[in-house]
Amino acid sequence: MFANTLRRALCSLWGALVLLGAGNAFAGYSDTINLVKGVTDISHKVYDLHMLVFWICVVVCVGVFAVLIYSIIYHRKSKGAKPATFHESTTVEIIWTTIPFLVLVVMAVPATTTLLALEDTRDADMSIQVTGYQWKWKYDYLDEDISFFSVLTTPREQIEGSEPKSENYLVEVDNPIVVPINKKIRFLITSNDVIHSWWVPALGWKQDAVPGFINDGWTELSEPGTYRGKCAELCGKDHGFMPIVLIAKTEEDYAAWVAEQKGAAEADAAAATQTWSMDDLIARGESVYNTNCAACHQANGAGIPGVFPAITGSAIATGDMAGHVDIVMNGKAGTAMQAFGAQLNDVDLAAVITFQRNALGNSAGDMVQPSDIAAAR
Amino acid sequence: MSTATTHDEHHHGAPSGLMRWVKTTNHKDIGTLYLWFAFIMLLVGGAMAMVIRAELFQPGMQVVDPQFFNTMTTMHGLIMVFGAIMPAMVGFANWQIPMMIGAPDMALPRMNNWSFWILPFAGTMLVSTLFMEGGGPAFGWTFYAPLSTTFAPASTDFFIFAVHMLGFSSIMGAINIIATVLNMRAPGMTLMKMPLFVWTWFITAFLLIAVMPVLAGVVTMMLTDRNFGTSFFDAAGGGDPVLFQHVFWFFGHPEVYIMILPSFGIVSEIIPTFARKKLFGYSSMVYATASIAFLSFIVYAHHMFTTGMPVAGELYFMYATIMIAVPTAVKVFNWTATMWRGSMTFETPMLWAVGFVFLFTIGGFTGLMMGVAPTDMQYHDTYFIVAHFHYVLAAGALFAILGGVYYWIPKWTGNMYNERLGKIHFWWSAISINVLFFPQHFIGLAGMPRRIPDYSLQFADWNMISSLGGFAFGLAQIFFLFIVIKTIKGGEKASGQVWEGAEGLEWTVASPAPYHTFATAPEVK
Ligand code: HEC
Ligand SMILES: [Cu+2]
Repeated sequence: MFANTLRRALCSLWGALVLLGAGNAFAGYSDTINLVKGVTDISHKVYDLHMLVFWICVVVCVGVFAVLIYSIIYHRKSKGAKPATFHESTTVEIIWTTIPFLVLVVMAVPATTTLLALEDTRDADMSIQVTGYQWKWKYDYLDEDISFFSVLTTPREQIEGSEPKSENYLVEVDNPIVVPINKKIRFLITSNDVIHSWWVPALGWKQDAVPGFINDGWTELSEPGTYRGKCAELCGKDHGFMPIVLIAKTEEDYAAWVAEQKGAAEADAAAATQTWSMDDLIARGESVYNTNCAACHQANGAGIPGVFPAITGSAIATGDMAGHVDIVMNGKAGTAMQAFGAQLNDVDLAAVITFQRNALGNSAGDMVQPSDIAAAR
Repeated sequence: MSTATTHDEHHHGAPSGLMRWVKTTNHKDIGTLYLWFAFIMLLVGGAMAMVIRAELFQPGMQVVDPQFFNTMTTMHGLIMVFGAIMPAMVGFANWQIPMMIGAPDMALPRMNNWSFWILPFAGTMLVSTLFMEGGGPAFGWTFYAPLSTTFAPASTDFFIFAVHMLGFSSIMGAINIIATVLNMRAPGMTLMKMPLFVWTWFITAFLLIAVMPVLAGVVTMMLTDRNFGTSFFDAAGGGDPVLFQHVFWFFGHPEVYIMILPSFGIVSEIIPTFARKKLFGYSSMVYATASIAFLSFIVYAHHMFTTGMPVAGELYFMYATIMIAVPTAVKVFNWTATMWRGSMTFETPMLWAVGFVFLFTIGGFTGLMMGVAPTDMQYHDTYFIVAHFHYVLAAGALFAILGGVYYWIPKWTGNMYNERLGKIHFWWSAISINVLFFPQHFIGLAGMPRRIPDYSLQFADWNMISSLGGFAFGLAQIFFLFIVIKTIKGGEKASGQVWEGAEGLEWTVASPAPYHTFATAPEVK
């Protein structure tokens, strides 16, 4: 693994050197050294503006460096250079103040039009609310009554290195956000706890998710495809582990996906009316726990001292059932413990609570049924 | 003060023993203390950077856990900004400003002692948070609320107190510099005759006095949000998390100029000396510095383009920001014109200064790119910005500081440093810093966010290269420590003039500079 990466690293370094010499090698490396070009009209505008400003900078930079290097080579004492005595020139100074100013004006024009287009979220065909949580995303389809969380699926073993890393390491999730193509989609972006930032580079922008406020952004995709992104604003421990996967589908495929989601919601509702066995609850609870709770309370239930309490031996998780149900459903205001009543369905809540009481080193011996959770809502 | 010390001072010698350093009011002693403090902090902050680069060497988590990684990025930033760069600049100011303007000492020597001695306590308090339950601050050096309020570990209150103390120290240092420059100049040393280093520090001091209270304000608001039930930054209580960013960046943007303006000053001293030619456009340099300082107050929200500002706000901050390119360009042109048709030699200080001009220019251009709001929607919070600010702060401010040390250390110690070692240090640093930071432009553009302990596989190659550069750059600074100690211990004796082309009052006194200089003011023509 290590030797391979090193070899590849040296190859890239070599590639970059070649590229500096011969511009035509650019194509092969451009996706790891330049701005993502993206797949929307806006992202192309942003990319073009980026290249424009970049080339202006390169031209000026090369000019200044050429003068400096010439001077360094020829105006040396060892070459017998005698110092000139000039030390000011109003004309020259006015010229080199005015020219940069004019260059900036030239840049500002396309920058303004691109910005105005980027921020124009009017006349959208549909809206999706995006909510950042420590450390996952929630998507609410405001026109469809669909709502789900999207959590990283890369297994811990891959992160810790005991298994080889898969192709989409750290950019894979359980429930991707699915959108139709050829529709102007407006995203309403907010947060439940700290500030996050929702960023899919292929769309050409990012937008902060600020708790208590709603920001917006928009996109219109023309090709079906899968686009990956990440949370871009430091949001605590697992900031690096809350990716975004966006799938664009044709309108027919999107309609089929919507129908499937609604079917799944009905199946869940049916499951909530059944009586579950302890073993089934614990088995389901384990996966709910690993997806939703382990980031803070840790996979073994030990927590992180001083930050996240342990579940193992916790007075709440081994004590009175009502207290346990209460903190999981309603969270604790002013702490990182969220109100999971609004995030998980009755079955998952019953399962995770039963799991915490009878696993992770605890053995309270009792369980809670989905119907009890429904009654507690 | 005891009669014994007064007596000593009459004999123009330095008192000996530990108490010399604790009780000193001598600008040279205090300058030395500042510089050593900064150096120690540079090594502490640098060690944290090594932890960061070690974790990012390969994808996967192998060295530290994510929470501690966040603590490292946070503490690295805080320590480098408040512990290394700023105190080093104050150290230069203490040593050089009185000697450059022909003053016997700083205007307020006892306050000078106090403003230094606050620092080690503040620094210790900040570092001690690492050992507290829940760990140290892990919310980035920008400590955005509510991550730094509701969601932060208990040690945050110690962090807040440490920032308050650092702020006190900076404000006192700034007052002292302004008072010295305004009142202590030798006869004939008019403002427009002052060396550029003095000018840049004079302007920086006003920036400090203006913005340090704002920093104190924002951490106090955090403190009351955390402990006394206010909701400045909590929407649930009617506050606004983005308000934090407005207040923070109103401090934070001038802060970056606080670090870079004195660097401009140092470079503007070094280049004319080794070009053997007067600084080109002295007065436009002064005006450019003043306009950069002024503009720094009215552009701060370019750090916040993605927070959901109204479009009109974004347009205004974009236009104002890219305007800064004008005075900055003027500076670079002036340095170039100073070198043009000079008679240059490239001793170590000149190498650092020229390295500064090249690398700072690159950092300036990426800054311009990020000032363009629509493209910043992509660059923001990626490794592109990490590359940018390390080009201006590490390859910029730090290079200027290192150049300044080589430039003035013969005056401070009376010994020449070893030229060959100095040159090795420069080339070693200059090459490794580019291996370290240049690839970060690539991975940032390609989509790697900043402040993440682990990354997806397409970023693996460049991260490894960057880490290798980082380790080499870190090692080079240990080498620098060796060079400094070697120079203090001995070496070829320096003349008073030291550099053939050097001009200015500090070169008219002996090397090492006597404990008291300019007890009677020199006459400046
Ligand atoms: C973002 C971090 C985070 C996540 C995710 C999280 N918790 Fe918590 N949890 C906390 C914190 C912090 C506390 C302590 C609150 C307090 O100060 O009382 C806590 C407390 C608890 C307690 C009480 C423990 C005690 O002894 O005080 C239980 C039970 C609990 N959480 C269950 C869960 C369950 C079940 C889940 C997943 C569905 C979960 N938590 C997910 C942060 C988290
Ligand atoms: Cu996040």
